[in-house]
Amino acid sequence: MQYLWVFLIGGLVCMLGEVLIITTKITSARILVCFVLIGVVLQAVNLFEPLCAFAKAGINVPIIGFGASLAKGAIGAVKSYGLIGAFTGGLQATAGGIAAAIAFAFIFSLICKSKTK
Amino acid sequence: MKNQQINQKYNRYVEARIPKTKAWPSLFNSFWVGGVICLIGQGINDALLYIFPSMAEQTAWAWTLIALIFIASFLTALGVYDKIGKFAGGGSIVPITGFSNSISSPAIEFKHEGIIYGTCVKMFTVAGPVIVCGVVASVVVGLIYYIAGLI
Amino acid sequence: MQTIEFKRRPKIIAGYTIAGPKEGQGNFGKYFDYVMHDDIFGEKTYEMAERKMFEQAVTGALQKAGLKSADINLLLAGDLLNQIISSSYTARAFNMPYLGMFGACSTMAESLAAGATLIDGGYFENVVCLTGSHFSTAERQFRFPLELGNQRVPTSQWTATAAGAAVLSLHGKGASVCMATYGRVIDYGVTDVNNMGAAMAPSAADTLINHFEETGRKPSYYDLIVTGDLGKLGSDILIDLLEEKGIKLGANYCDCGHCYYSRRQDTMCGASGCGVSASVLNGYILNKLNKGEYRKVLFVPTGALMSTTASGQGESIPGVSHAIVIEAGE
Repeated sequence: MQYLWVFLIGGLVCMLGEVLIITTKITSARILVCFVLIGVVLQAVNLFEPLCAFAKAGINVPIIGFGASLAKGAIGAVKSYGLIGAFTGGLQATAGGIAAAIAFAFIFSLICKSKTK
Repeated sequence: MKNQQINQKYNRYVEARIPKTKAWPSLFNSFWVGGVICLIGQGINDALLYIFPSMAEQTAWAWTLIALIFIASFLTALGVYDKIGKFAGGGSIVPITGFSNSISSPAIEFKHEGIIYGTCVKMFTVAGPVIVCGVVASVVVGLIYYIAGLI
Repeated sequence: MQTIEFKRRPKIIAGYTIAGPKEGQGNFGKYFDYVMHDDIFGEKTYEMAERKMFEQAVTGALQKAGLKSADINLLLAGDLLNQIISSSYTARAFNMPYLGMFGACSTMAESLAAGATLIDGGYFENVVCLTGSHFSTAERQFRFPLELGNQRVPTSQWTATAAGAAVLSLHGKGASVCMATYGRVIDYGVTDVNNMGAAMAPSAADTLINHFEETGRKPSYYDLIVTGDLGKLGSDILIDLLEEKGIKLGANYCDCGHCYYSRRQDTMCGASGCGVSASVLNGYILNKLNKGEYRKVLFVPTGALMSTTASGQGESIPGVSHAIVIEAGE
């Protein structure tokens, strides 16, 4: 049952991206930016946690989850360390993802060539 | 002024001539591919928690995302991810795997211009704005919470 | 007057075409002199592959014409890359006097028109006209990395991997270049970089209207009127634009970009790039002219003079197209 919800909500979120592509012709960079900002806002107004408890990976795997952890990190760090937390918290919380993406991209770029279509 | 009117008229005419594609197949494809990617994420997460029952949920999520990022990066390197993307559109752009693909693809593409000026500089041509906007937004949210806490 | 007539009628004594595997499977595949097995052509980068295609096109054309590179007075070449590097590096390899041309996808007509003018003026005897494009180099310069998983919009066109070279000469046998109509730059304010057909169609219409007015000819005078790479949408728009002015294009009209790939190849609106018109002219059209199946051909490649910098600053895309009249030799 849990998996069904993950599939449905994850699918719906992605379909929303496709709707944006079809209706506004925006490119993938802008779509990613939109969804990250949606995530930040959802977390800022405390809506992300209840959504996440329900949809799990369905909302965490889309880039919305990335935006939410940025905001969550910043908010949490502000509460524990004060003002400096606003600057350190966001990247700290998402460091794993960013570092992984950069590291894997770098390694594969050393090994592989781009192929024509 | 007259030129502007001609241009507007022409652009309206072009807009009307653009072939209309059926939206439903691409919406459906983005739906189920996106859903499956999320399912894979949930599967990895549950498996991690099953194998390492003592793992914190936060850590398990971090590993899940790293695993998905690795898979997407690997598929990009194999030249498969762009084919998935062509088929699924938003279904493979919106998940974290799309973020990984947007970092890996320019890194691989521009390797011929050298490691520093090719790979490293061009790595963020697509994903750079995501990190920039996300981080700026999170700083703003942090500041708002700090100010709200003072009051 | 934009149209000039060449009294000495310079001849295209040889043409050579080289194309990628996808293009080889397209509708003009069997007319190409050489179809590559893969896009990288044994080179390290796609830019080098494009250069190698250009070099092979020149060598092949010279061989067909029975000339040596020392016999060539001038090389007129252009391509799509920044600072037309493929052309310049090819010129470096051949030790010929060289003029770089940039007319985006209209380069084949631009170089033929310029070459014919120079020959007709009596300054040169043999001129090589060369242009081409490569999908992977154009994609990374104008659009996104190859491996990025995004979708193509329905108005987009597929940059062809192809190159063509023609040897223009005062002497020898072959189809002759009789007239040229040099085109003006026309911009109707299209800003969508994925809709180049719509951006270029007005320039093709302008050049064609001028050509028909100045020569007093009708579209039916020609056996074939062929535009460069307007694609499906662009050629439909061109037909509409000309009809507004009372010029009716009939069954003798076709667009290289629209017909280039077969329907199964999923290229949305068709092909684009310098290589399209270059390979169709030097492969298909010259073949038919030399066999006598066509007598008079009006060749009108179109170019979208776009740049990523200007587009990023919100500029619209100007278009240019030149028309040349090619007639079969006696």
